Amino acid sequence: MNGMIAMAYLLSAVMFILSLGGLSSHETARRGNLYGMVGMTVAIIATIAGVATGALWMVAVAMVVGASIGLALARRVAMTQMPQMVALLHSFVGLAAVLIGWGGFLDPQVTLRGAAHVVHSTEIYLGVFIGAITLTGSLVAFCKLQGLVSGKPLTLPARHWLNLTAILACIVLGIGFVPAEVSTGTLINLLLMTAIALLLGIHLVAAIGGADMPVVISMLNSYSGWAAAATGFMLGNDLLIVVGALVGSSGAILSYIMCRGMNRSFISVILGGFGSEGGVVSDDEVEGEVVSISQQDLADDLKVAEKIIIVPGFGMAVAHAQQAVSDLTDRLRKMGKTVRFGIHPVAGRLPGHMNVLLAEANVPYDIVLEMDEINPDFPSTDLVLVIGANDTVNPDAVEKPGSPIAGMPVLEVWKADKVVVLKRSMASGYAGVANPLFYKENARMLFGDAKDSLQGVLGKINS
Amino acid sequence: MIIAIPRETAKGEARVAATPDSVKRLRHLGFSIALEKGAGDMASFTDAAYAEVGAEIRNDLKACLAGAGVVLKVQAPTDEELVLIPEGATVIAFLKPAQNAELLRKLADQKINALAVESVPRISRAQKMDALSSMANIAGYRAVIEAAHNFGRFFTGQITAAGKIPPAKVLVIGAGVAGLSAIGTARSMGAIVRAFDTRSEVREQVESMGAEFLTVEIAEEGSGTGGYAKEMSKEFIEVEMALFREQAREVDIVITTALIPGKPAPKLWLADMVDSMAQGSVVVDLAAEMGGNCDYTVPDKKVEHSGVTIIGYTNLPSRAANQSSRLYATNLVHLLGELTPDKDGEIHIDFEDEVIRGATVVRAGEITWPPPPPKISAQPKTPAKKAELDKGPVEEKVKKKKSPLAIFVFWAVAAVLLLWLGRVAPPEFVSHFTVFVLAIFVGWQVIWNVTHALHTPLMSVTNAISGIVVVGALVQLGVTGSALVTVLAFVGVLVASINIFGGFFVTHRMLKMFRR
Repeated sequence: MNGMIAMAYLLSAVMFILSLGGLSSHETARRGNLYGMVGMTVAIIATIAGVATGALWMVAVAMVVGASIGLALARRVAMTQMPQMVALLHSFVGLAAVLIGWGGFLDPQVTLRGAAHVVHSTEIYLGVFIGAITLTGSLVAFCKLQGLVSGKPLTLPARHWLNLTAILACIVLGIGFVPAEVSTGTLINLLLMTAIALLLGIHLVAAIGGADMPVVISMLNSYSGWAAAATGFMLGNDLLIVVGALVGSSGAILSYIMCRGMNRSFISVILGGFGSEGGVVSDDEVEGEVVSISQQDLADDLKVAEKIIIVPGFGMAVAHAQQAVSDLTDRLRKMGKTVRFGIHPVAGRLPGHMNVLLAEANVPYDIVLEMDEINPDFPSTDLVLVIGANDTVNPDAVEKPGSPIAGMPVLEVWKADKVVVLKRSMASGYAGVANPLFYKENARMLFGDAKDSLQGVLGKINS
Repeated sequence: MIIAIPRETAKGEARVAATPDSVKRLRHLGFSIALEKGAGDMASFTDAAYAEVGAEIRNDLKACLAGAGVVLKVQAPTDEELVLIPEGATVIAFLKPAQNAELLRKLADQKINALAVESVPRISRAQKMDALSSMANIAGYRAVIEAAHNFGRFFTGQITAAGKIPPAKVLVIGAGVAGLSAIGTARSMGAIVRAFDTRSEVREQVESMGAEFLTVEIAEEGSGTGGYAKEMSKEFIEVEMALFREQAREVDIVITTALIPGKPAPKLWLADMVDSMAQGSVVVDLAAEMGGNCDYTVPDKKVEHSGVTIIGYTNLPSRAANQSSRLYATNLVHLLGELTPDKDGEIHIDFEDEVIRGATVVRAGEITWPPPPPKISAQPKTPAKKAELDKGPVEEKVKKKKSPLAIFVFWAVAAVLLLWLGRVAPPEFVSHFTVFVLAIFVGWQVIWNVTHALHTPLMSVTNAISGIVVVGALVQLGVTGSALVTVLAFVGVLVASINIFGGFFVTHRMLKMFRR
């Protein structure tokens, strides 16, 4: 029986790997998701049939309730709210890890001695620690993204010392906890540590500003994986370990990609506080004047342009303008123009967020390109439409070594013949840096709500 | 202020400096327009069309120029016109200030201000006023039309019942505005087009127009200031000539557009090259006015040498008078827009403005030509010298190499730690740990392959599969002896189930949306 369960777990682990592997291309992605579901079903059935000895009705109730909540959430969530959804789901993994860790600690049937006990306690301790940070960290991220709390970074005085003290305290408590026999003392240690880790999770994420959220969410994704892996170690379950490692490395890679997209080190993002200066950094005035353009003029420009690239940013998501963008794209493509999209790796609040929004609005994915794919094409482009992007199209990153965002890879939109920036106001972007793009001779600004503007332009093109 | 538009009297000049459309726009700037009768006839604009948009049609030159504040012309004013232009008025036309020192002096003596449109600096802001470019565009187009007219064959290749027609081969020398326009026109007529230019920066433009870019195996950058080419070294020219000789035997049509500012046009298409071309071939020399790129060129004439037609027409834009008048008139409207910032119909020659300063050749009785050199070249970045030779992309960043010692130390420490762990940890842990490390590596490989566009579905699907902790909770649900554990496990199962179902479903929803 044990052998069969192990094989079932192996099967499901393979399914999960195939599931992630399927995401390497759009064609295989849906099949990948299917693999994931099959793997999950296999694992759950094997567990219930083979290992779990609990009352089936409890399993059924818990799962049905959980499933209905999950499905309701997944059905209702708008694509612009995906970052919040993902953050919330992370927090559930963290919560589950904490609960299971505590369950493992309180389990009266476990009687281990010596090294085995030390290892077991360490695993519990780590599982709870990571789980707790993931839980509250994700909840804070959720609140920030949902707008329940301000997206500004919370910069307490001496916040790095606070974090360090918290971690040290956890280590000290852990030294007391791990080797000792299960007792009231260790219970208090674990309780204290859980509390500290929960607070640490809150503080860590609260210190990070809104636009660094892609990194934070990827990081929490990674944490939730490691929490699952720690749980797996505690229970001696290879499947959990494998899945935890997969998810953990997935999150780590995503964080790395996001950090590279901003040319910042992981550490600097995690330590937080970036962007807190809020626009004070504009120490040197950008020369030149901003020229605005009317909807009619933009419509005329679009009519004559042959090659068009659209660069969306978080502003598009905020304005819910993706459908308007899609309609305009559709119209322009029907007029025989080449329309493509350039996506910066950190555009939006979630890795790949822009792609999902455009897909939702029925933009074909093969005209949606990555920054590295499209950057060489800007010089031969007639018109670039920048919709709600700012720092990701800032020429200073390339041209001014002293700039706070120097070295960050950006979409080099200014190399096109003409750039039209759709923007609500002249406010600077997240990095608090003025954007000389707006003052370039080939740049025009179309102020106003992106959705209204685009619908207006489309109307003018049609008339 | 009155803008006067006299009829062009130069021989072969069919263009006019204003069109009904531009008159309308000039009137918006606050000017009134006085047009000499019949000024637009040659360019197919009737007096009635001008009158309709509010221009005043005056019967002769004298009446037209009387009281004028601005005189818009294509060619430089003639002596007859000069006498009639009122003092203090401003003339805007192609004045050729470099060759026309005498004209400038006359203008200065008469206290007439003058702006030479060809002196508008070639900077991005001034593109809309760049009449040289707009005329060059037409010249390039017209050069191909003239070539086609004199070429006894098709441009495009065809296979017909009556035999196979090979496509014409066109060589364009000099890929400036005129050259690029010629390339585009010849390509759209179906010819095979090659182009040569000393400036490597134009390679992309040439290729984007569908022509093959010819290069020589010598590294010398030909970019000068203001978007023009500079003179090349002797060695370079020798290699260049060898290339041309080789091409001469192959191509049917040659269009030369090479100009160096302030110098006679370089001789590029020599007598022996013409002689080696096939019978019926055509050479169109767009540099004829500056002496010509071809040895045989006679300005303003079509000549034939050893069966090859050499066309040296100097005023090709005038042969497409309607189109070139439209573009030129629009350039002038933009220039007047700069001169009339308040749109009050009064011009201000403001020397703080780089464009106006560059264009102005005479102001208040003083010759102000040549202007100070323009500050920025149109393409300030020259690619690496060898860029023309090696085709592969230049490796931009050399990755920082970690020292071998650091790598060794890292792995030594890792190995020691692993061995220590193996010594103290129970065997079960060791096997789990093995699985763990290997799984990280598998994950690492798999995730790097995930396409960027699917990162959001990746996050939600990893959300779903990290719901696998449900397995742990399920196991604990069976633990007897502690109600608390059961409660915790129950909540665990519930929460993990949210993840599993929510995660997979939302991923499914997202993936369904991606379509080609």
